Amino acid sequence: MAKITYITHDNQNHTIEVQNGLTVMEGAVQNDIPGIDADCGGGMACATCHVYVNDEWFDKITPKEDGEEDMLDMAYEPKKNSRLSCQIIVSDELDGLTVNIPSKQG
Amino acid sequence: MNKTDALIIGAGPTGLFTAHQLKLIGLDCEIVDNLDKIGGQCIELYPDKPIYDIPAVPECTGEELTNNLINQLKPFDIKFHLSERVDEVKKDGDNWIVKTNNGTEFQTPNVIIAGGVGSFEPRKFPLKECEKFENQSIFYSIKDKKIFEGKTVTIFGGGDSALDWAVELSKNSKVNLVHRRDDFRGAQATVDTVHKLANDGKINLFTKYQISSISGDNQLESIDIKNDNKETKTLKTDYVLGFFGLIMQLGPIANWGLNIDKKTIEVDTEKFETNQKGIYAVGDICNYPGKLKLILSGFHEGALAARACFKLAKPNEKYRFEFTTSSKTIKDRLGVKGD
Repeated sequence: MAKITYITHDNQNHTIEVQNGLTVMEGAVQNDIPGIDADCGGGMACATCHVYVNDEWFDKITPKEDGEEDMLDMAYEPKKNSRLSCQIIVSDELDGLTVNIPSKQG
Repeated sequence: MNKTDALIIGAGPTGLFTAHQLKLIGLDCEIVDNLDKIGGQCIELYPDKPIYDIPAVPECTGEELTNNLINQLKPFDIKFHLSERVDEVKKDGDNWIVKTNNGTEFQTPNVIIAGGVGSFEPRKFPLKECEKFENQSIFYSIKDKKIFEGKTVTIFGGGDSALDWAVELSKNSKVNLVHRRDDFRGAQATVDTVHKLANDGKINLFTKYQISSISGDNQLESIDIKNDNKETKTLKTDYVLGFFGLIMQLGPIANWGLNIDKKTIEVDTEKFETNQKGIYAVGDICNYPGKLKLILSGFHEGALAARACFKLAKPNEKYRFEFTTSSKTIKDRLGVKGD
């Protein structure tokens, strides 16, 4: 279990306890966090679950696999700290993780 | 006006197998899809990715699955309307009148929405001001390349579309190619060509840059691009092309009076009918307790929706369940010999 904070584009903080093994994307979708659409359902095929990971956390999460960087080319305003939230798997170590959701997906 | 027993919206795996089920039980159908090809997400998002959970098919790619489904439809005459998006669905007595963005009209008692997550539309630039110049000097696809001759064209993107057009247009235009990182995901041969053209001064390459603003009143004059270190460059340009792939948007489906929750349509699990009689939803776009977004679920949902269509398409006939292994009628429809 980890507490994940999702900051939506209107600067609202949503802190949610997400079960280990779920992805950061699933935590958002199951709790109706706006801005994470996850159209492809976690298949790394759409870039609509794109988030910005706070710098202090970016190096602590598992690095990008092949294909994620390609998909981020499609994302709305990608930055250095961009990730697809469907590729971040929640574990105890991620307790306190904070991600920012872009103002628009797509 | 096209009259049919059932109109299927969406030519992905679920739409294709639903068509198969309709034809098998003796109903006509036509299929509309906004993409220019058959296959839906399978062909657009993951043609080369292997799928491992299609029953009795240990492994196949999105493209192979699509081709197999098309083969399975070969015995039947089914009309596809590709590159058309259904815009309007209106009740008319016992029928639905369906209109596409190209003006094609259908009259049908049954509409089956197999629309995945909606229709594929080009992903656009994040800047709101870009809308003003869209289809005038900012494009997301190219219809007539002649308009770019002798002009300056700035292309954004790192995939095959962006690279192919950069190479092609560099013959007769001044081309700027802008991409957010050094790596390109397009075919290696094309990437090599682009680098060579850049070395020869035929393409101005700007990597690690993204669009930050555009200028021009009635006509596009220039754009600013910015990198991660906040360094900005101004590029004078006549045209801007963006190739960021496609995104799925629910689009007009939202206006048809259906119960929609989180981009999905609520259905019952007997007929996969929506809150509107004669409109069904199957595959990824439908929602019911326990819904799984798997291709195999779409096949099941389509089979049941097809049976439900029978009653409205042939109100005076009784539907009789038959197996393909034993039914002579079905074998006739498939054009295969009986035992």
